[in-house]
Amino acid sequence: MFIQVTLSLLEGFGMTLKIFLLTLALALPLGLIISFGSMTRVRPIRWLVRTFIWVIRGTPLMLQLIVIYYGPGLIAAWAAVRGGNAVMDMIAAWTVPERFGAVIIAFVINYACYFSEIYRGGIEAIPKGQMEAGQVLGMKRPQIFFRVVLLQVIKHIVPPMSNEIITLVKDTSLARIIMVYEIIWNAQKFIKSDGLLWPLFYTGAYYLLFCGVLTLLFGYIEKRLDYFK
Amino acid sequence: MKILEIKNLCKSFGKTSVLKDVNFSMEEGEVVSVIGASGSGKTTLLRCINFLERADKGQILLDGEVLFDGESEKRSSAKELRKKQRNFGLVFQDFNLFPQYNVIDNVMLAPKLLAKERPDFKSRKKEIYGEIEQTARELLERVGLSEKLSNYPCELSGGQKQRVSIARALALKPRVLFFDEPTSALDPELTGEILKVIRKLAAEHITMVIVTHEIDFASNVSDKVIFMADGIVVEEGPPSAVIENPQNERTRSFLQKLNEK
Repeated sequence: MFIQVTLSLLEGFGMTLKIFLLTLALALPLGLIISFGSMTRVRPIRWLVRTFIWVIRGTPLMLQLIVIYYGPGLIAAWAAVRGGNAVMDMIAAWTVPERFGAVIIAFVINYACYFSEIYRGGIEAIPKGQMEAGQVLGMKRPQIFFRVVLLQVIKHIVPPMSNEIITLVKDTSLARIIMVYEIIWNAQKFIKSDGLLWPLFYTGAYYLLFCGVLTLLFGYIEKRLDYFK
Repeated sequence: MKILEIKNLCKSFGKTSVLKDVNFSMEEGEVVSVIGASGSGKTTLLRCINFLERADKGQILLDGEVLFDGESEKRSSAKELRKKQRNFGLVFQDFNLFPQYNVIDNVMLAPKLLAKERPDFKSRKKEIYGEIEQTARELLERVGLSEKLSNYPCELSGGQKQRVSIARALALKPRVLFFDEPTSALDPELTGEILKVIRKLAAEHITMVIVTHEIDFASNVSDKVIFMADGIVVEEGPPSAVIENPQNERTRSFLQKLNEK
């Protein structure tokens, strides 16, 4: 039984890992773009982006999952009752057909907003003199960003980033709310089928182990960036 | 011909006008010191000339050619601005070295990036990088840091950092090199090494403008001293006149106050 549970949980953890990695891969670059939006001198864009960040950070990720997965269907139902019109049909037609797709969309948007605030903090912490030094040395703006500022920003944001990324590992369990079979879901299955409670607690070991690996990794990155201040 | 001419330069921040009609000029190979109390506009003047701030009015001429004209409607494009900026070098008060690069890479970074814009870059990359490294080594030797090439800025003293930043500015061979209070962020015992380097550069006839509070130094290194107060040039001339024998009441009282310290 133990082996059967272990394998089933491992399968569920595969899904957990998939959500985790895909979210990271998409939210890390998207967050950087959002952070530029929240720092732009163009006021309407800045205002819009900051409002968006406020909404996303101000509502539960669980709610966002539900809205993205069930939202389009609900709109379709509502439109059908009213006899429907072209615009409503269009919105209804844009459904997220797949649970997994909905999870990724919700997670990426949510985490990109959190990451964007971390990026913003990191970028704003770089002394203005660094940019000015690049400028008087005749560097182009992208050169100043990539060659001078970026690595300093990364050094600044490793600690808050690692915090957020470790939170993401555990947040993946929210995916079960729209029936994506990640590790918690697979563990709960055993309650119904075999009356076993312990597989649920056993999942903790998977999370702990994985977060332990991440902690070591971030420690290593921090150490690697220790050579400058 | 004058290498640098500043005509009627004005700059205000909001309602505070920091530069009110600043005029001065200098010859190639000259060393000009700018002295004056804090808030007199010295740093703003340097920042305007180096295009870190945009002056509201006035002209900046290099070799008799207009580099900047506050009257002209058209703003320079980023590309033009970069080209103009390269005529000048600026040494900051707080060094602004790039912390993630070691000493020699700090000096080589900008020249290497600039080299990429050369038409023959692709075919002669190795050669060009070799020349850049050679120049960087020579410059660092000139400022006495041959032993520190692979150290990182956080491992250096303030005086050493400032010497690296001087080498970094020189690496682009600017027509005029500006210093913004190069010793103000240093412990008193470290100012000497910086002043020594600047004296050496003066002996090599590098054209320099130095904003400084070190009056003795200004008086024996410069060909010309400019005294600024409240955004205008109050008095200018050779150190023997401005510092030894000031004509204006404000210059006299400024120098008096410094002497009392």
